[in-house]
Amino acid sequence: MGEEVKLFRSWSSPFALRIVWALEIKGIEYEAVFEDLSNKSPLLLQYNPVHKKVPILVHNGRPIAESFVILEYIDETWKQVPLLPEDPYERAMARFWAKFCDDKVLTSIWSAFIKQGKEQEEALVAAAENLKFLEKEMKGKKFFGGERIGYVDIVLGWLANLVSIFEEIVGLKIVDEGKFPLLYSWMQDFAEAPIIRDNCPPRDKMIVKFQALLDAAIASSSSSSK
Amino acid sequence: MADEIMLLDWWSSMFGMRVRIALVEKGLKYESREEDLNNKSPLLLEMNPVHTKIPVLIHNGKPICESPIIVQYIDEVWKDKSPLLPADPYQRARARFWADYIDNKIFQLGGKIWTRKGEDREAAKKELMECLKILEGELGEKPYFGGENFGFVDVSLVTFSCWFYAYESCGNFSIEAECPKLIAWTKRCLQKSSVSSSLPDPLKIHDFVVQLRKKFGIE
Repeated sequence: MGEEVKLFRSWSSPFALRIVWALEIKGIEYEAVFEDLSNKSPLLLQYNPVHKKVPILVHNGRPIAESFVILEYIDETWKQVPLLPEDPYERAMARFWAKFCDDKVLTSIWSAFIKQGKEQEEALVAAAENLKFLEKEMKGKKFFGGERIGYVDIVLGWLANLVSIFEEIVGLKIVDEGKFPLLYSWMQDFAEAPIIRDNCPPRDKMIVKFQALLDAAIASSSSSSK
Repeated sequence: MADEIMLLDWWSSMFGMRVRIALVEKGLKYESREEDLNNKSPLLLEMNPVHTKIPVLIHNGKPICESPIIVQYIDEVWKDKSPLLPADPYQRARARFWADYIDNKIFQLGGKIWTRKGEDREAAKKELMECLKILEGELGEKPYFGGENFGFVDVSLVTFSCWFYAYESCGNFSIEAECPKLIAWTKRCLQKSSVSSSLPDPLKIHDFVVQLRKKFGIE
């Protein structure tokens, strides 16, 4: 019996994109099921009743949700091109930095994009502090995984394609090449890696989507502050 | 060469407790250092510069931070005794999923119950009970979340049980009334010496919370 691998995703979810990249890097054949998140399919709700979100990996009929959990499952099930290091200490460090990327870097950069005024200023300061830690972590390495793309690179990969979109929309520099030279060059190297380059949502469509999200956020914040 | 293990901890932290349980499960000797969170030690700042939080495990001089990461590290290094994560990748994924669910819900909701008032508190109470019911459903008829054996999800959740009495007092509700199987599970876990030796007395936690509420003027 052949392996059946399905990935429930949306066209733009950066979390689902992590799974696309991991599957492609490992050369795993899969079927992508595109969801309209404003009209979730019964299958999505059945496979992820707790969070009702994408991505969901369904392997031989068994669903796994949450991108970090899925990435580790993929790495443990298909052992070619390992994403996580073998050494337990190095694995712990990779897990630490991945969590830092989502808990701190992603949240501060998202706030820097979506908020206005003082909240935006504070978010930019927080983002810069967080980016400093990543910059330090990059010393002597091409990718966070070393010579090739690994777990942390995949988790942080949204930075390489979304940050320039955010910067273009709000007209602010978030990852300044002068201040974060290693991170900046990592963003170029990552975005140019063939598997990543061939598996990114169309930039013009992303600009439209995120501009609309920002417009909605501005509209709701100005209508609530009378 | 003997392993040198140190844990930077704080007595009432559910996250610190998880690491204590894992270390005892594996039969490991370690030095515990209680941090003063209002006056963090140079060692803590050096070992966890990013978050400056406890718990931090220091193994032969190398720090590991974030309790689920520490527990997995302990499980991977000392893999021959009392495995906490199952061997099968799909079961491991389920365990990680539920541990992540616990981390995203219970601490914040429980915290709101004792730090907020009125509608905020009521909303947090309602949501906490929904989450605990979902977890009770996941436990089902199994003795532990890990099945026959105490495992990663059990470690992640049981440490909140010593805070339940404080939540219930502040919120004026009973967790046992709505989740009897979950409370039965906490009592089963407390029969294990790794758990009973790692969790403080719920009354002590309750008194600590009362003190903090007075200090911050929360009525």
